[in-house]
Amino acid sequence: MDKHPEVLLELNAVETWHGSLRALSDVSLTVPEGSITVILGNNGAGKSTLLNTILGVLEGQPKNGQISFQGTRIDRMATERIVRSGISYVPEGRRIFSELTVWENLKVGAYVQKDQLSTKKALERVCDFFPLLAERQSQAAGTLSGGEQQMLAIGRALMNGPRLLLLDEPSLGLAPILVRQVFDIISQIRDEGVTVLLVEQNARMALAVADEGLVLDSGELVVAGSASDLVDNAEVEELYMGAPSLPIK
Amino acid sequence: MNDRHIDVVIEPTRDHYEDIQLFTARGSWIKLALLLVVLVSLPLLLPGYRVFTLNYMAVFVIVGLGMNVLVGYTGQVSLGHAGFLAIGAYTMVLLMTRLAVPFPIALVMAGCVSAFFGFLLGLPALRLAGPYLAIATLGFGLAVTQIIGHSALFGGHMGLVVPDAMVGPFPLSGDVSKYYVIVGITFVLALGVRNLSVTRVGRAFRAIRDSEIAAATMGVDVAYYKTLSFAVSAALTGVAGGLLALMTGFISPGVFTFTLSLMFLAMVVFGGLSSITGAVLGSIVMGYLNLEMDAFQELPVLGPALEGFSARFMSTVGLPNFGWVVTGMLIVFTILLEPRGLYGLWIRALDTMKYSKSADAELSRSGSGAD
Repeated sequence: MDKHPEVLLELNAVETWHGSLRALSDVSLTVPEGSITVILGNNGAGKSTLLNTILGVLEGQPKNGQISFQGTRIDRMATERIVRSGISYVPEGRRIFSELTVWENLKVGAYVQKDQLSTKKALERVCDFFPLLAERQSQAAGTLSGGEQQMLAIGRALMNGPRLLLLDEPSLGLAPILVRQVFDIISQIRDEGVTVLLVEQNARMALAVADEGLVLDSGELVVAGSASDLVDNAEVEELYMGAPSLPIK
Repeated sequence: MNDRHIDVVIEPTRDHYEDIQLFTARGSWIKLALLLVVLVSLPLLLPGYRVFTLNYMAVFVIVGLGMNVLVGYTGQVSLGHAGFLAIGAYTMVLLMTRLAVPFPIALVMAGCVSAFFGFLLGLPALRLAGPYLAIATLGFGLAVTQIIGHSALFGGHMGLVVPDAMVGPFPLSGDVSKYYVIVGITFVLALGVRNLSVTRVGRAFRAIRDSEIAAATMGVDVAYYKTLSFAVSAALTGVAGGLLALMTGFISPGVFTFTLSLMFLAMVVFGGLSSITGAVLGSIVMGYLNLEMDAFQELPVLGPALEGFSARFMSTVGLPNFGWVVTGMLIVFTILLEPRGLYGLWIRALDTMKYSKSADAELSRSGSGAD
């Protein structure tokens, strides 16, 4: 049985390679159940690679290390099984199925759920969350606006009834007001009992809603702590949030 | 009846929302019945030699359905489908001549054997995309024709004569009886492929087309569905090959050329990708052109004009190429006019009709509101 019931996801000395390039080295972290954990870092720091490694979509990766979810090893498991065990993913740039209808997109989100009834329940729940998606159910997803597409991508991930939701840059390409909305939704999702692991470049906004924070740099974890600690951390401040107030010439 | 994908169609994934869809689609049942009446009565209304043309077009439609599954639904590409057509045709004919297998069973086997080769071709396709996949499938198509052309079993370049086919106690002798068999099968397969798109499998195909990465992260087994798509597409094309053999009575490697493969790809693009209506329309038009353009001199108005042009400005040797020139120009102009192909034009026409209808209704309503 799990020794730490409060830890939902645990990475232990995980190492991922892209060909001959080491993208993650010796990454160890824990995601506490019921939290929002944010991973910060610059472009190419390995944030997306980390999520893809957890999800098992990188062939033969992680090369070393262990990943356990709810106390079960999931590294080197097929993505389908990982998804079925309760991990959902909102990809970077949304990647909705643009020519499928909104409803079909949601159905693909519940792809690994063979049980019709639970799919139906998940659908009702997602529609409660995003009434807009219910309104647009038979519309081609590509005709939605950027913000609506992000809602759809999140809704699609929730269809799987996940215990852990992975989000890759949910604020990417959205207007500031929509970014705020997306983060509100992410906190709501956490309040409903879904643990969230989030990758973001918008550090300020992400740390405002997050409980825990981690900073990746060149594939290595350099800082880890509570979100409020990270906000006060001078190094993080300098590296990832820009200067507090830029002097005007 | 021919292979497993029909089973997939009846998979009970129906739910509240699809029930609603079915309900609103009730109007389409009437259209379907109407279409059936037209299809049944066509050979009775047309002169005998036209029925041959219809059969040829129906065979093209089945290939179009197969291409639609692969190209339209799953977003893969193939320049080797003439190879599957050949595999289907030769499988059926060899089973009938060598092993005296009855026609219906031989036809099903044609689909199965072709599906197997489709599965094999689908394996390298997992690692290839775009132009690379096109070249790989092109190689496959050419190889099939070469192997058949140089092997005694397949009759070499001389080809094979197709034995008389029977469906139970009934011989399929004339074009009209073949018409009912071919068009009947085409109709059923078209419905099957149409329904496939809204099943779990169909959604997986289309999700892969729209975003392979996202589909994979939802737990869709991309490798499995890509090979399945190739197999289903090849199965349909194999059945079309068997029916082509049935209707022409003779097959030789010269029929299954690279040009034909190119034509197959062109017709789904020309018809409008990812819609059954488009694939069917494109296949009908291209099938007609493929057959009739060989004798374009006999076309009304256009024929004599082109012949005159050719006699005046070009050598007579180039005359047969005119069929291709006209076909090519037609495709180019259609795509320029409407990138969604014939289906796009069809939708536009419907929209225009709807718009003018609703405008009329609006007008009459405002008229009644005024008094």
